[in-house]
This record gives sequence, structure tokens and C-alpha cells, in this order.
Amino acid sequence: MNKTHKDRAKELIMDRHNSARKAFMGWLGRSVLLCITAVPTLAIVFILFFILKESMPFFDNLGYVKEFFTSTNWAPSKEAPHFGALSIFYGTAMVTIGSCAIAVPLGITVAVCLSEIVSPRIAQTFKPIIELLAAIPSVAYGFFALVVFAPILQNHGGALISSVIIVAGIPLAALASMPASEIAIGRLFKGAKQTPKTILRWGFAIAFAAIPLWAGFSVFSIEINSGTNALNASIILAIMAIPTIVSISQDALSAVGRDMREGSLALGSTRFETIVKVMLPCAKSGIAVAVILGFMRVIGETMVVWMASGNSLKIPEPFYNFFEPVRTLTATIAGEMGEADQSTGSARYHVLFAMSFCLLMTGMLMNAASQWIGSKKSGK
Amino acid sequence: MKNIIAKTLKLTALAAVAAGAITAHAQEKIVIDGSTTVGPISKAFADFYQESHPDVNITISESGSGNGVKSLTNKACDIANLSRFMKEAEFKSCVDKGILPVAHVVAFDGLAVIVNPENKVGALTMQQISDIYTGKISNWKELGGDDAQIVVVSRDTNSGTFETFNELVLKKQDVVKGAEYVGSNGQARTRVNTTKNAIAYVGLGFVDDTVKPLSVEGIIPNAKTVASGKYPIARPLFMFTDGYPKMGSAVYDFVNLHLTKEGREIVRDLGYVSTCE
Repeated sequence: MNKTHKDRAKELIMDRHNSARKAFMGWLGRSVLLCITAVPTLAIVFILFFILKESMPFFDNLGYVKEFFTSTNWAPSKEAPHFGALSIFYGTAMVTIGSCAIAVPLGITVAVCLSEIVSPRIAQTFKPIIELLAAIPSVAYGFFALVVFAPILQNHGGALISSVIIVAGIPLAALASMPASEIAIGRLFKGAKQTPKTILRWGFAIAFAAIPLWAGFSVFSIEINSGTNALNASIILAIMAIPTIVSISQDALSAVGRDMREGSLALGSTRFETIVKVMLPCAKSGIAVAVILGFMRVIGETMVVWMASGNSLKIPEPFYNFFEPVRTLTATIAGEMGEADQSTGSARYHVLFAMSFCLLMTGMLMNAASQWIGSKKSGK
Repeated sequence: MKNIIAKTLKLTALAAVAAGAITAHAQEKIVIDGSTTVGPISKAFADFYQESHPDVNITISESGSGNGVKSLTNKACDIANLSRFMKEAEFKSCVDKGILPVAHVVAFDGLAVIVNPENKVGALTMQQISDIYTGKISNWKELGGDDAQIVVVSRDTNSGTFETFNELVLKKQDVVKGAEYVGSNGQARTRVNTTKNAIAYVGLGFVDDTVKPLSVEGIIPNAKTVASGKYPIARPLFMFTDGYPKMGSAVYDFVNLHLTKEGREIVRDLGYVSTCE
């Protein structure tokens, strides 16, 4: 490190000589990185273009389009084919709504629990395990659904569902009875003494707990004819969506500043009030993004629904009957792909792209929604 | 020095040309197109045949029986795989283009209708099976079984198995809307094995003791009844060539492979019935 001034000056001069080369190298480096970044972007653009191009011949034929969205007559292999995909759209919606109905409350609850309730040490044990669920290949889930879960649903479906309702429902109902009883007492029995109030509170708790008990017993005798149905697919898809929802919701909750939480507690709020009235509203945009990503995971999943949903072309009767098999768009594309004649460019080929197009549009709308929600300032 | 380099270059070039000429001469090519049902047999035959004849180049496409005929008509393939016999119009257009289609039956395709081993029903008629799949019969009670709704399981419309069943049993009627579709023979078997009230159909090779094959029109499905033509849900699978192939040629070997011991085994392993049963 005994450089003289002369040496330093020399280095500087050499640097100047090199500067043109350096500038070029810098430019080259930036260009290469830009090109690499452009590859996935271009790939997406090409995919969009291709799906649009291949689905257009189907949408151009207006007779098909009306049938596509309004009829349930799906007979693509006939001499005079019919492409009524209403039941397929319905199946997709049903499975998606069903799995979101399970995964969203469960996922957000788990996220709240991990970020607000349990100690960080326990949270750090649980979170990687939950995230590991996302690493299981979907065909493994599908195989499980077909070989293990479907027979269980068929043979012990009623008992399984009723025990879930009773075991999970009674504590939840008892908890829900607390605020309800307080409101009722506050409104109706303001002047009552302590003892009747206590009796009332217990009465409320028992009445509330009786609801899931009754519901559980009433579904006990349900017989499920076929184990591969909308419920099976919904449950398995919910399990697949939970890691996404938990992970992103928890990040959103953790990102809420300590000051908000501690401020709320310092003002005398209970922990429950802090979570419900401060933490969740503050993190709501992040949670909304989590829900949308979970939704997209569910709607695009193919292998599981192909194996677990039964792929029947009927709209269930009654329409909310989750014990009947349904078929989704993704499963239809996977199932019909091989037969669709690419070289002749038949309607049967283009209809699958029309389905992809519908899925893509839903995905893009959802993505735009999540961007929009994410860009808004959270909180009030 | 320059001379030597030039010489070496010339020699190399010559050698390359010569080598190219030799391989071009030795390479025989078989192009196969057609049915997706016969496709697996072609593929397995090709794998087996290329082991002993590495110089024969075999290309297989599966574009469906109809397109197989088109390929043969346009001389785009040497062998057209068909899961049905050639239609009159197709035959005519072949002859018009100077092609004489010759049929080779390489295997029989038999489908077993299977139910859960606990199911009391053991025999059905073709009409009853057709009624089940078109939705006219929906309860096992109507067939002498328990009072339970029939869970109708079908192969996806993509498969050759569906095609066979649809043609031979349903006579191209629509499958009932509530039917479940599965993606493979194995999956159909699993569904029937785990579902008490299910009915499905699979290739004969997939029947094992986890499911009960029904006798159809009083005939139990097995290789013998299929090959003898007694069992009704069965059909021959064809390979069509332009004229009878020249004896000793690769195409000749290929369309006669099903007669050899190994060929018979390949056919059986794929779940089809050998013509030599």
C-alpha cells in the first residue's frame, strides 16, 4: 500500500484510456440483461397472441358462441358437433367457489394466528411446513384424491362431514355467542342484574352450540354416491391454495407497523379488537392479493380436478349439490386435447383455445384487480 | 505441405460422400399413420423391430383412422392403421389413385364391462349396457341388483377405448350427461374397485381380481371368446398397405410381426387379444 502520487496519477490516466471500452462494456452488460429480461415478457406476449389467434376462428362463428355460453350440450365428436360449455363453466365456478370458501377463511385465520397469536418461534416452525404443501406435485394430490379420499367420502362421507361440522362448529359457535349475547344484553336487558345476565350468556352459548350439533346430526345420514365429486375437488384444491393465502397474508400482517398494534393495545383495545379492527384493515390490500392469487391457483389447476372431480357434463341438481361430479374448463382442455385435430383446424380444436382464452381473461382480470388493490394505499 | 492438406481434404470429402451414399442406400423407411387405438401396437412393434434392425427408420403418427386412409391415398405413408374396416368411398378413392389397399388384421380389441366385486349383477345384455350408458336405466334394482343409483364411469372421449365402446355398444348414441369420465383404463378400474355402485369398461388386459367382469349376452370376456368372435364387444384392428408388401421387405416383416412369438406377447402386454389365440 505504498503507492506514490505518481502511481495514482498513472492509474487515473489509464482509467481514462479505458473509459471508452468501459462505457461500451457497461452498455453491453445492460443490453444483455435487458434481453434476458425481455425473454419471459416476450414469451407471455407470444402465448397471448397464440391463444387469441387460435381461439378467434371459434368466436368468429357466431352460432357456436351463443351455444358455447348458453347450452349444456357438449358433443364435440359428433358428425354435427355441439359445443355447449355452460355446464363446464358452471363446474369451474362451483369448484373454484367451493375451494375458496374453504381456503380463504382457513388461510386468513392461520395467517392471523401465525403472525399475531403464537410466539415467533412456533410460527417459524409452522410456516415452512405449510409452505411445503405448495411443493407437492399436483398429480400426487390428484392421486390421493382418487385413491384415498374418494373411497372415504363414498363410504363414510356423511359421518366425516358431520364430525367436521360438530368438532369445528361448536367451539366457533360458542365464541360467536359472546359478542351476540353482549349485544342482546346491551339492547334488551340493560337494567338486569348480574345473575340473570350470566344465565343469559350461558343460554346464548348453548343455543349457538346447538346449531352445529343439529346441522352435524342432520347431515350424518347423507349418502354420497360417488366420491369423485365437486366437494372432493374443492377440498383438495383448498389444501393446495392455502399455502399461497397463508404466506402472503402473513407477510401483509407482519408488514403492519408495530406502532399500529401497540398504539391500539395502549388505547385499551383487547387483542381481538386489535386484530379485527386494526391489523386486518391495515393489511387488507395484502390479504386481498393473497386471496386473488389463491383463487388463480385454484382456477388454473388441471391435474387434480381431472382426477378428483368426476368430469361429468351435468349441472348438479340441485345446483348447490357438491356431492355430484362436475367438469371444469381445465380438465376439458386436458381431456379433449389429443383428439382435437390440429392439422385440419377443426372447431373442436379451436373450442379448446376458446376455453383457454376464457381462463386467461379471468386470470388477467384477477391479476389486474390484485395490482390495483396492491397499488392503493392500505388503511383508511 | 499445401499439397498434403489439399489431399487430405479431398479424401475426407470423398469419404463423406461415400459414407452418405452407403447409409442412404441401407436405410429403409416405414411411415405409419392412423388410428390411436392401433398406435400403441405400432409403437411397441417399432421399438422391438428397430432393436434387431437398427438401419430401418420407422415414423409413427396417430391422427385417427380417417386420416390414416387419407395418408395412404396420398402415398404419404406405407402403413395405415385402422381401428375399423376401410369404408367403401375410401377404398374407391384409393383405387382411383392407383393404390390397392390390403388389410392385415394385427390384433383384436375386446372391452370388458366391469363392476365392483360386491355387486350382485353378473350378466347383462348389450341392450341393458347401452341403456345404462344412455341413462335409460339408472338404478341397479332394475337389473336385479341392490336398490342403488348406478355410478356410470366412462373413458374420456379422447380414447380409442371410448370410440370402440361408443360404436359397438352405444351405436353412437350420446352418453348420459351425469356420467363420470376418467383418463385411463387403470383409473376406471380404480373407480370401480373403490365404488360399490360403479360400472365401467376397460380393455381386456386391464381386468384383474379387484373388479368383476360382466358376461355380456351370456359370454364371459376373455382372450378365447374374443378371438373366436363370440364375445360381442370386440373388433379387429387393421394395418392397411398398398398391395401386399414385397416379401422380405421391412414393411412385410412389420405387418407380420404379430404372428411371431414376441409379437403375440407385445399384443397381449398391451391389453389386446392376439390373432393366434
